[in-house]
Amino acid sequence: MHDSITLLRKKFIEGVYTPLNALEDCLSVIQERDTSVRAYLELFAGAKQSAEDATERYKKEGKNTPSLLGIPFGIKQNILIKGERTTAASKMLENYVATYDATAIEKLRAAGAVFIGGTNMDEFAMGSSTENSAFGATKNPIDESRVPGGSSGGSAAAVAMGGAVATLGTDTGGSVRQPASHCGVVGFKPTYGTVSRHGVIAMGSSLDQVAPLTHTVTDAEIVHNIIAGQDKMDATTIAKDTYPEVPLKEKYRIGVPRNFLRDGIDADVLERFEEKLTVLREEGHEVADVELPLMEKGLAAYYIVMPAEVSSNLARYDGVRYGLRVEGKNLLDEYMKTRAEGFGAEVKRRILLGTYVLSAGYYDSYYGKAEQVREMMRDELRMVFRNVDIILTPTAPTPAFKIGEKSDPLSMYLQDIFTVPANLTGVPALSVPMGTVERDGVALPVGVQCMGPHAGDARMFDFGKKMNGEDF
Amino acid sequence: MKREDIIHLATLARIELQEAEIQSFADDITEILEYVSEVSSITAEEKKKEVDVLYNVMREDEPSHAPDEYTEAILSATVSRSGRYFKVKKILGEES
Repeated sequence: MHDSITLLRKKFIEGVYTPLNALEDCLSVIQERDTSVRAYLELFAGAKQSAEDATERYKKEGKNTPSLLGIPFGIKQNILIKGERTTAASKMLENYVATYDATAIEKLRAAGAVFIGGTNMDEFAMGSSTENSAFGATKNPIDESRVPGGSSGGSAAAVAMGGAVATLGTDTGGSVRQPASHCGVVGFKPTYGTVSRHGVIAMGSSLDQVAPLTHTVTDAEIVHNIIAGQDKMDATTIAKDTYPEVPLKEKYRIGVPRNFLRDGIDADVLERFEEKLTVLREEGHEVADVELPLMEKGLAAYYIVMPAEVSSNLARYDGVRYGLRVEGKNLLDEYMKTRAEGFGAEVKRRILLGTYVLSAGYYDSYYGKAEQVREMMRDELRMVFRNVDIILTPTAPTPAFKIGEKSDPLSMYLQDIFTVPANLTGVPALSVPMGTVERDGVALPVGVQCMGPHAGDARMFDFGKKMNGEDF
Repeated sequence: MKREDIIHLATLARIELQEAEIQSFADDITEILEYVSEVSSITAEEKKKEVDVLYNVMREDEPSHAPDEYTEAILSATVSRSGRYFKVKKILGEES
């Protein structure tokens, strides 16, 4: 069992364990395991100095220090940290050094976090297994023949193996929640607009959110509350009163979309889910069936909206201002060659798909339609949240699969079936471990996902703590 | 999706494709488009877009930082520069 932020903080204040000890313990795990697991793409030289400074500060200021002082963090390599390489796991940005801090990093820094290194990911956050990293796949630390999930697979693996106490990832369609499920940690996707995207390498701008991966729900809440907030550098960030307040309750009314839990879901995962429902009922929560017919269409809409945004966002990688540049006979040829060499197969596939759905003649039947579906999904959720407080599903349809098992892009996309609705509609969602299923003699963790109304982030934490036995 | 379609898309997206990529992308994208086409089975009632809680945000049109504050940091990231400028191949007046 690894120490949570809460426990470490207590030990640091008491002086029985120091930030330097915590960093050294993480680094020794990394040294022992990461040649094989590859959770990190880079370790930061400055971490030791930060940990030493934090250790000294606890001696002088004790509990008056900022709340994350000395806590070792791993950061997904699509979130800018000034002066550090930020590659997005792409050859395109292999040598790119960030010129400024992302807002989330600025806030963690002010709270005293120690940054250990940049974590591995699917290239430009496109993938559900971290196999699409241009610098080698991350393995699941629980069973190294399996994937850790993705795209924030490095961030999930780092926490799971004890190579960081908490990490930041980004969640565009489940990229924090699904790896959290596969690695047995907690992952939280906030209400869209709660956390600034300033300094985050854009994938799907109407879907992306910066999101924490931690050991406990309490830790996720602590980290989230620090990185959240309106930011003048990101016009899509929301104010505290943008949405109506979502109250906390002693006991919740939980909606289960039964129509959504039939095809393609692993039988053992469903069994763990049913057991979880039984426990929740016994604890006094109410469980009700809900109809969410549009949720199933969510994935189709997602694979139109997301590639469309990807094709626009990634147009900036032209080799002129930063990143890779491949010599060509003229400027156009340079663009073509730079992008041919800089992007991996999945990135190219999504750019082409996005270019297609946005092209004249197809725009209305694809992108226009998908945006309509999105609007209808928001309405559907609004209706359902009049009757229930929370919607509960498994986080992913299966436990972690074998490396190389899903070679067909579409079968990989189906991993996100339960997670994309929260991104399409902008609501918060939290993945919490719900036990394990056995595969080849290994107990593989699986997660349960709760989803709430817009701005229901605090309710997700409250319910998550209750589900995870942290409500003491 | 035919190979000419993929080549056309790749040209629009400024990506030079290898021969082997063309067929594999054509197959993948055909399969993905077939799947995502299920959105068209949804008949949305043409409701008028309500004014949402979200609205456009503009900042004041004024300088946000001192001149040259970030120039050097930004220019240092390019592979080819000339003083204060990014250097690229000639754009106008070239036979293609």
